[in-house]
Amino acid sequence: MTGREGMDRRSFLAGMLKGAAASAVGGVVWGGLVAGMDRAPLVLRPPGALAADNFPATCIRCGRCVAACPYDTLELATPGRPGPVGMPAFTPRKTPCYLCQDIPCTAACPSGALDPSSVCDETGAPDITRARMGVAVIDYTNCIAAWGLRCDVCYRVCPLVDKAILLEMTRNERTGRHARLVPRIDPEHCTGCGLCEHACVVEKAAVFVQPREVALGRVGDQYIRGWDRADERRLRQDAVQPPEGDPLDYLNGGGLDDE
Amino acid sequence: MTLTRRDFIKRAAAVSAAGAIGMNLSPADLAQASEAEKGWKWDKSVCRFCGTGCGLMIATKNDRIVAVKGDPAAPVNRGLNCIKGYFNAKIMYGRDRLTKPLLRVNSRGEFDKKGKFQEVSWDKAFDVMAAQFKKHYQALGPAGIGVFGSGQYTVQEGYAMVKLVKAGLRSNNIDPNARHCMASAVVGFIQAFGIDEPAGNYDDIEYTDSAVLWGANMAEMHPILWSRITDRKLSNPDRVKIVNLTTYRNRCSNLADLEIIFKPQTDLAIWNYIAREIVFNHPEAIDREFVDKYTVFATGHVDVGYGMRDNPEHPAYSEAERETMRKQKTKTVSRAEGVTLAHLGYKEGDELQMKHAAAAGKHWLISFEEFKRGLEPYTLDFVAELSRGDADEPLEQHKAKLKQLAEIYIEKGRKVVSYWTMGMNQHTRGSWVNEQAYMVHLLLGKQAQPGNGAFSLTGQPSACGTAREVGTFAHRLPADMVVANPKHRERAEKLWKLPAGTLNGKPGSHYTKLMRDIEDGKIKWAWVQVCNPWQNTANANHWIRAAREMDNFIVCSDVYPTVSAKVADLILPSAMIFEKWGAYGNAERRTQHWKQQVTPVGEAMPDIWQAMEFAKRLTLGEVWKEWKISDSLTLPDVRAEARSMGYKDDDTLFDVLFANEEARGYSWPDPVGAGSLNTLAEGDKRKVAGFEGYGFFVQKYLWEEYRKFGVGHMHDLASFDAYHEARGLKWPVIDGKETAWRFNAEYDPYAAKAGTGKFAFYGPALKALPSGDLAGPRKGDKTPLPNKAKIFFRPYMDPPETPGGDYPFWLVTGRVLEHWHTGTMTMRVPELHRAVPEARCFMNGADARGMGLNDGDPVWVESRRGRIKARVQIRGRNVMPKGMVFVPFFDERVLINKVCLDATCPISKETDFKKCAVKVTRA
Repeated sequence: MTGREGMDRRSFLAGMLKGAAASAVGGVVWGGLVAGMDRAPLVLRPPGALAADNFPATCIRCGRCVAACPYDTLELATPGRPGPVGMPAFTPRKTPCYLCQDIPCTAACPSGALDPSSVCDETGAPDITRARMGVAVIDYTNCIAAWGLRCDVCYRVCPLVDKAILLEMTRNERTGRHARLVPRIDPEHCTGCGLCEHACVVEKAAVFVQPREVALGRVGDQYIRGWDRADERRLRQDAVQPPEGDPLDYLNGGGLDDE
Repeated sequence: MTLTRRDFIKRAAAVSAAGAIGMNLSPADLAQASEAEKGWKWDKSVCRFCGTGCGLMIATKNDRIVAVKGDPAAPVNRGLNCIKGYFNAKIMYGRDRLTKPLLRVNSRGEFDKKGKFQEVSWDKAFDVMAAQFKKHYQALGPAGIGVFGSGQYTVQEGYAMVKLVKAGLRSNNIDPNARHCMASAVVGFIQAFGIDEPAGNYDDIEYTDSAVLWGANMAEMHPILWSRITDRKLSNPDRVKIVNLTTYRNRCSNLADLEIIFKPQTDLAIWNYIAREIVFNHPEAIDREFVDKYTVFATGHVDVGYGMRDNPEHPAYSEAERETMRKQKTKTVSRAEGVTLAHLGYKEGDELQMKHAAAAGKHWLISFEEFKRGLEPYTLDFVAELSRGDADEPLEQHKAKLKQLAEIYIEKGRKVVSYWTMGMNQHTRGSWVNEQAYMVHLLLGKQAQPGNGAFSLTGQPSACGTAREVGTFAHRLPADMVVANPKHRERAEKLWKLPAGTLNGKPGSHYTKLMRDIEDGKIKWAWVQVCNPWQNTANANHWIRAAREMDNFIVCSDVYPTVSAKVADLILPSAMIFEKWGAYGNAERRTQHWKQQVTPVGEAMPDIWQAMEFAKRLTLGEVWKEWKISDSLTLPDVRAEARSMGYKDDDTLFDVLFANEEARGYSWPDPVGAGSLNTLAEGDKRKVAGFEGYGFFVQKYLWEEYRKFGVGHMHDLASFDAYHEARGLKWPVIDGKETAWRFNAEYDPYAAKAGTGKFAFYGPALKALPSGDLAGPRKGDKTPLPNKAKIFFRPYMDPPETPGGDYPFWLVTGRVLEHWHTGTMTMRVPELHRAVPEARCFMNGADARGMGLNDGDPVWVESRRGRIKARVQIRGRNVMPKGMVFVPFFDERVLINKVCLDATCPISKETDFKKCAVKVTRA
């Protein structure tokens, strides 16, 4: 009984978190929902980190990435902090990733847990803009730019201004003469560096970085945006396949009655 | 359940701000909010920062500011604010706020120039300040002292200081930091229209079809106006065009239909290209009736120098510095100038002697044919090649953009507003380029009408209201009068009840010259108020050395420990904006008053109190005697006439200037201030230095006396009480009505009264001119020009220092949205500090790569004058073209003014902070 309730609660939370991915574009109240959820999925790893499933198994906890970070952004997890002890992570509100162009942390990794090839351009040169440490999401309820104030601090401090953070301009019908310049995250470009979260001027940041697997949803492969040629790239070999096999198996099989 | 409740409480806490911006709130929300706000008192005020002039509401509780909201009734911002405005309350309560007078003393507690700062009493502070003043004033005369004033003075503070310095001390050495900000705009207005300040107002934004930005990064520097421009664009995206003319890509480009990156200084050539397109290729676009009836053509000298020191071989300067300084005397005509100065007989390689540096502002009438001849060289091909600012942009593309720009101006029926700020004002030909803006608008008849006009935006909250209207400049008096005009002095002497001949007719030293005079030992006593000259003045190494190493006494009234406080000898803790009554005037001629909201912190006291207490220590006998100012000017001894007017030799300047019979007639309490604090009138709970108030309403007296200068003289301001009812009023205020568009008879009673039809450019200054041709004036009578505006021809000339050789980069300085000026207030707001904690050196990515520099690497930015260390930024808000770096000036740890050149516009004396040559090397 208890176990089953636990399961339900977890799946409920997971559903909510996926829903929050929409806040990157739509504005969902995030609030205290995830407070106290001291679990590995909310940890932000250095640039080039392997996926959450593989990272803990590969990282040897040597701390070289932390030593290489010129901004002391990276820290090794200590007991009582999220994630396995001894592994690198960062807290953007405290110190964001400043997106070093030479990516010294990744270069210093001996184990492959930070994979330099994932943050390189076609020529093999480091390209920090390919880092996907997480993705910023915005709580529009507490975003004062959404109120109409001329804040947009997150937009101006974004190293990928006009790409990772765009300004959406809409008319402020109340004043009749001002526009709202509201930041919007584009997850396609957002590296998850957290400069926005660090700079956000409200008491508790209204823009903040979450791991991509936590914050972003996923559209299935059965529908492609017809107006976007690039969208076809989403098609993978293992996409859902049409029905196959002997039609008799289907026709004679069960599955329609309540049994 | 828990979630819902938490959410609800959060919303209730934010309710005041939310209310101001029109969020829908349930009755339950409001009930919750009124409980939270119990004991809060709301009152109207105005934002401390830029020239936009957003209205604020301030909440106080227990004599402390607890919250701020945008004033929903304020026409400028309708309840909105930018991020600096949002933090108005927090600027007051930084942990290192100055709360006690501090004096440099020796071990015996006596003043010692080489001593350390120690707390002293206000009495001791004033005694030492006055003793030092008298020592230097007696030795050097009225020109031996100086005051660094401000466009952030309240109106009354500026007025009190002008009166103290000009009437009391008989010195004209008071000049505001606004000199660095919009002096070129002033010259443009005075020379073109005969009267200062814009014809239009912010509503032009909603009326216009085109906003053309010329060196105005409004997205960051006028954030709320930018949201209005954005809204105008959204209201009709196809019709409304936004153009961003700039020397590097800034955030305005993201809205702009057209972005033109031009080479520094070539705005001069681009304006002339537009004028040439009109005159040569689209004569039908000229509004003939307007031009014939309301304008004349004019020009001036070109060999006017660059506002640098007259003596380039000055011993305090290095040989490297002198390379640039020598251009003050002579320069080699460049290839471009060989074209643009050909009408004067110059060709490339000639030596141009700067013969008219002392007559830089002189101008004369020319014919339309001469005007047209001047424009001849500014063809599209010539200007496009000269002005392309991004080497990576194809020339044809740049050319096409210039054509589009001209078409926007020329199109019949298309309304256009040109906006500019520091890009055009901080310019060694700043006055010229301002006049060129009017040139184009006047030719087209697109001026002084709703949605049509050239509009100079100001940077500071009261650059207009105080610095310009009150006249806290070295050459000015209130209401556009000038010290050099005997009739103006006479009028001021009458209004101030001074003996005839008291006022000094020789203009004083402008802001940068105050610094040069200190370096030359000509000024030995200076008082700094509401500004930070040792951080904001170009070529700062010289001024820092002069302050610390020479025999002089510098007083700095300040609210936080600034660079200027650090180099001073005496620091006086000042009250901040909401700790005193005051008024600011914004860029659209809107005057806004506020009441004192809280008692100042610690022993901080208002600047007016400081002026009045200092004035108590000076008698008429000491100041109104004979003074030799120069070989040709001696100020008479006016004490005998003073006695005949009822003054006594031992009356103090406090008695005569501030606490006279008229002043004491403004009694306190006064109904307008019922329930409000008034430290000056009645003292306050602290009884600082035993002060229990002057017993009369000082600010109201100063206001009512000040406005006598303007009433009936085209600068009519309303009564003190009227401004406490209104959300600001745009002057001239006539019969209680503000004026929306000046010079337009439909809106401006003064223009209607002139009886010249639809328009009257009635400003009285410089309205009689000799005639001549492009080469110079002819001898002969002056032509009176009543109600006319002047269309100037001004040529392109190079700046005095351009990149090349050891110094291959342009250096541009400026601001960022998050910080105000030298950062003394905003860097104390933890959130703003955190948002932009340091000044970076913005650089082109390819330039950085070429030097092996990565984002964040430290570099030296070095000029002939000095160097600073900063970290490189190649990504983010500003995108630099190759060969140019940008370093903002807010960060005292990156004191970029040590690097900048102190060349100025020779007419306006405003420094060009946008152009000098530097090298960048890895640090």
